[in-house]
Amino acid sequence: MARFIFNRLISMIFVLLATLVIIFTLMYFVPGDPAISLLGENATIEAVKDIHTKLGLDDPYLVRLGRCLWDFVHADFGISYRSKTPVFGEIMARYPTTLKLTLGSTILGILIGVSAGIVSAVKQYSIFDRVFTTISLFGASAPSFWLAMVLVLIFSLWLGWLPATGSYELKYWLLPVFTMGLQCSAFIMRMTRSSMLEVIRQDYVRTARAKGQTEMKIIINHALRNALIPILTVTGMRLCGLLGGSVLVETVFALPGIGKYILDSVSFQDYPVVQGGVMWICFNCVVITFIIDMLYGAVDPRIRSMYGVKKLSRRQSVKEV
Amino acid sequence: MSRKSPMSNAWRKLKTNRWAMVSLVIIVFLFLVAIFAPILTPYNYAAQNYESVLKAPSLAHPFGTDNFGRDVLSRVIYGSRYTMFIGFGCITAAAVIGVTLGLIAAYFPKFDNIIMRVVDIVIGMPTMTLLMCIIAVLGVSITNMVIALCVTFIPNFARVTRAQALTVKNQEFIEAAVAIGANDRRILLKHILPNSLAPIIVEYSLSTGNLVLWSASLSFIGMGVQPPIPEWGLMISAGRGYLRSAWFLAIIPGLAIILLTFVLNYLGDGLRDALDPRLNK
Repeated sequence: MARFIFNRLISMIFVLLATLVIIFTLMYFVPGDPAISLLGENATIEAVKDIHTKLGLDDPYLVRLGRCLWDFVHADFGISYRSKTPVFGEIMARYPTTLKLTLGSTILGILIGVSAGIVSAVKQYSIFDRVFTTISLFGASAPSFWLAMVLVLIFSLWLGWLPATGSYELKYWLLPVFTMGLQCSAFIMRMTRSSMLEVIRQDYVRTARAKGQTEMKIIINHALRNALIPILTVTGMRLCGLLGGSVLVETVFALPGIGKYILDSVSFQDYPVVQGGVMWICFNCVVITFIIDMLYGAVDPRIRSMYGVKKLSRRQSVKEV
Repeated sequence: MSRKSPMSNAWRKLKTNRWAMVSLVIIVFLFLVAIFAPILTPYNYAAQNYESVLKAPSLAHPFGTDNFGRDVLSRVIYGSRYTMFIGFGCITAAAVIGVTLGLIAAYFPKFDNIIMRVVDIVIGMPTMTLLMCIIAVLGVSITNMVIALCVTFIPNFARVTRAQALTVKNQEFIEAAVAIGANDRRILLKHILPNSLAPIIVEYSLSTGNLVLWSASLSFIGMGVQPPIPEWGLMISAGRGYLRSAWFLAIIPGLAIILLTFVLNYLGDGLRDALDPRLNK
């Protein structure tokens, strides 16, 4: 297992590096002079030159790239043009909002999606199956911001049960989490269904049934356990997607999350924030992918063994210790 | 065993899927609506009428009127032009580039690593984050939104094409083509590409639905189509402020988006069932 974790860790660092290089290169080509953005249009030439030497803006591409990566490791994302405060602190102030939103909706998505998917697969072509698959296809087709507005319309404006905007107590979070959770569950449900359908016809499921195992245990222990890998994959992908896509729901519910922060910074041409925010989201996604990889190993022993963890005989292992 | 080509087999199978055919008909219908929008609209989509502002749906205005007194039905019909043409235009461009890259990666091993590593990294980034990053660099406009959407969808096509082309490449008829002296271009375009089409078609259909959603999302947050153009995502955004007094302003364009993505996804699922070789036995 240690070898498996080590291998994944190394590949994660490479992916992260490559992602950061791509983002930096994209932002490198942004037109305009950062020094003037920082100081304002009326800055003196001396002041601009001073900033240039201080931030090293005249250095070649590779030097700046190296410095950017070094700063990233030290959690220094530069200074926001707009607020003149460190970007990292600003991002951290908004991070809990986005994290609560995405984690909450992913958990809700798993709960709804996996159970609906199992029911659909076990009772294939039944009325449940048809209803669930149609609803999930609808959920995958509806824009999240539209869904958010429909929920606001029904639960805030017509019924008056829940507040429409803000982020204070639990009840303020229900609508945003439900919006993203329902959409997330649509994808998880579709994957659970198709993955379960493949597994459920395998010989070992029939064997378990022949042994007289209860249906519940067959579905959970034999079928779901083996169907779990694609479900994990799609859950990880949705989690990353929600982290990036939360901007839409944050916009509708006026939540102060990272997505909204990046969006506002784009219109103010506050590029350090855009670069820092995008890098932070990508960093999170790489970590999520790493965790999902670890879970693959935990769920499926075959994947663990693929990474060269050889089964040692007792004598060999004693010798090595 | 049938002697017909795999494609006509798939078409025959698709025809038995009633709802997939209904989806196909709806897509063709939406295309016709987009093309003939100027004839079909009861009012000019930009004509403002301050005497009927925020009117609820009625016989004169089946979908009501917006805050400038513009007819929402006409705007939805006209909006189909932007959504359909951006959707299908982008995905076609992304498919052409992505398939080319995928074929190159599969056929020329020396390019494989570099192309696929970049593809992996771009696929690993959240779509919305990548879109916002590209548009932040290029600036907000329709053209830049189209470029960003294209770039985002190229990797999916490259990956799907490469995977399929790699299995086709090792089959005997490719060896035969090499033996009779066919050049690389001929092998790629006449032999590998036609035999790799099935998953590309499925990807095309499912991605179009996705792309329509992303383009509407970008317009919604103000990074795509700009007012006063009647794009569906933008219309939802404009209707947001009137949710209490005129809910239909935001809800109806959303239903139009859902209709389009729903039928595209349904057709995509149907195509996948029809083209899946595992089910074709």
